Amino acid sequence: MSHATVPKQLTKTVISARKLVKKYGDFAAVDGISFDVPAGESFGLLGPNGAGKSTTMRMIGGVSQRTSGELSIMGLDPERNGPEVRAHLGVVPQQDNLDDEIRVRDNLIVYGRYFGLPYSYLRHKADELLEFAQLTDKAKARVDSLSGGMKRRLTIARSLINEPKILLLDEPTTGLDPQARHILWDRLFRLKEQGVTLVLTTHYMDEAEQLCDRLIVVDKGRIMAEGSPASLIQEYSTREVLELRFGSQRNSTVAGQLEGIGERLETLPDRVLIYANDGEAALEQVRHRGLHPVTSLVRRSSLEDVFLRLTGRSLVD
Amino acid sequence: MSLRHDQAGQPPPPAGGIRLSLSRRPLGSLYSGNVRAVVGRGLKATWGSNWAVMASGFVEPVLYLIAMGIGLGSLVGTVEGPGGTEISYIAYIAPALLAVSAMNGAVYDSTWNVFFKLNFAKLYQGMLNTSLGPLDVALGEITLALLRGALYATGFTAVMGLMGLLTTPWALLMIPASVLIAFGFASFGMGITSFMKTFQQMDWINFIMLPMFLFSATFYPLSVYPEPIQWLVQAMPLWHGVELLRQISAGAFTAATGIHVLYYVVMIGLGLVLTTGRLRSLFLK
Repeated sequence: MSHATVPKQLTKTVISARKLVKKYGDFAAVDGISFDVPAGESFGLLGPNGAGKSTTMRMIGGVSQRTSGELSIMGLDPERNGPEVRAHLGVVPQQDNLDDEIRVRDNLIVYGRYFGLPYSYLRHKADELLEFAQLTDKAKARVDSLSGGMKRRLTIARSLINEPKILLLDEPTTGLDPQARHILWDRLFRLKEQGVTLVLTTHYMDEAEQLCDRLIVVDKGRIMAEGSPASLIQEYSTREVLELRFGSQRNSTVAGQLEGIGERLETLPDRVLIYANDGEAALEQVRHRGLHPVTSLVRRSSLEDVFLRLTGRSLVD
Repeated sequence: MSLRHDQAGQPPPPAGGIRLSLSRRPLGSLYSGNVRAVVGRGLKATWGSNWAVMASGFVEPVLYLIAMGIGLGSLVGTVEGPGGTEISYIAYIAPALLAVSAMNGAVYDSTWNVFFKLNFAKLYQGMLNTSLGPLDVALGEITLALLRGALYATGFTAVMGLMGLLTTPWALLMIPASVLIAFGFASFGMGITSFMKTFQQMDWINFIMLPMFLFSATFYPLSVYPEPIQWLVQAMPLWHGVELLRQISAGAFTAATGIHVLYYVVMIGLGLVLTTGRLRSLFLK
């Protein structure tokens, strides 16, 4: 009698980073970060500007040499096997770099040629991707005649021409209007359903909550927290947040009288935040102490609260 | 619609095939053996838009040939050509102008054109996010410059034929020799351009090209200069190109012919090393 062997790993790790460091001179843009991304996951890198997100993405794509640490993409070192690793990757850079000397459909075909793919495959694939990106009637248009959202969709369509197993998206929706963002999210979600591993950087928290199964919060080149959006909110914030405005003169003086309500209190120039599991109950307590805010708002905690708690509120440029 | 499943039944082609062939290549991170794709892109872009630029590159040396050769030539009469035979002034300067046009075309393609793609169109960043390596990109761009150079050289040689300036079948070798000259300038030009960050710096290129055009024994023999200047001129690449084509046009070959060719072979080798190294440090930093 024999036991059925249990599959070793149902989900294979496609990206594995260990103590990744990237230094420019003395400045460490990425300072020892480690993470694993299993196949099919949608993985986010969150962080303020200059946190090291894009540098990490560039190292994954093999277009930036790491200073130290280990990195493996589908079992390969992107530094030593750059072209081969990139054959499995789709890259959507922060700034569109479409080829505006050639037409929309040619952008897809020519890009596919860079991967060494045959025309017989590309002609069919290009039409399929134009449809996916809702650009079929723009096939023969000039690239510079497209709107920002269309260019973004074309860039994403282009990144899919080689049927990548991993799609790297660097701030995919920055600069787009809400309609364009929602269309993009829908397209990205479809890719995820088809089993494509998504790795994306963003500083839009709603985007991260929409798209990411799991994420890391990066600041100054280090990982501040790691987990699913829900677990991060649970760990670093409360279920609800009570926002109180007493007028900008009074906020800080009133703050002292609010001590003990909720789990944590944060005083900002324009409002006071009370982190509590039950926001309405907290508001009741505030009133009970004879305080009457100009406005009050109870809302669910969001990833933004986690983000601001971890990376601070001050502006770093 | 589905991205994973191919309705037409073609196998998803990329990963497997590329993986096997690549890991055996010695230049794994620099080269994927796909220069064709870069050239294909360039041809598509050129036929789409750059017609006027293409045409002007052909017309310019022909205008010089007419103005200097016929105009100035009527004052000069005949001069001593390679091998010591008397030839008309226009036959004397025609191969020199061909060498200049090979240089100009290659330099334009590998400097201004590359400068723009590098700093504004971000074309190479996109290319290097694919399986292409920096060496594929460099060789592809240089090949394009050479194709254009070969086209110009053929056109100019045809004009020379129409004007009755081709006196020996050897003269047809001027076409491949022009491509050799263009290769030398293109491989170096691209490497040098990679250092340039502003338009002002790009102007330095013209600052070097113009004197080289005027003083590389283009319009009169080297012997008019005092000896130290002669050495300087002979160190310049264009002089070797001018002399090489002039010798070929008359079918008068000497030991110096080999030296001229060798000069360009070395220039090409050094240029490719420089350009690839620079692209690597620019994009794979």
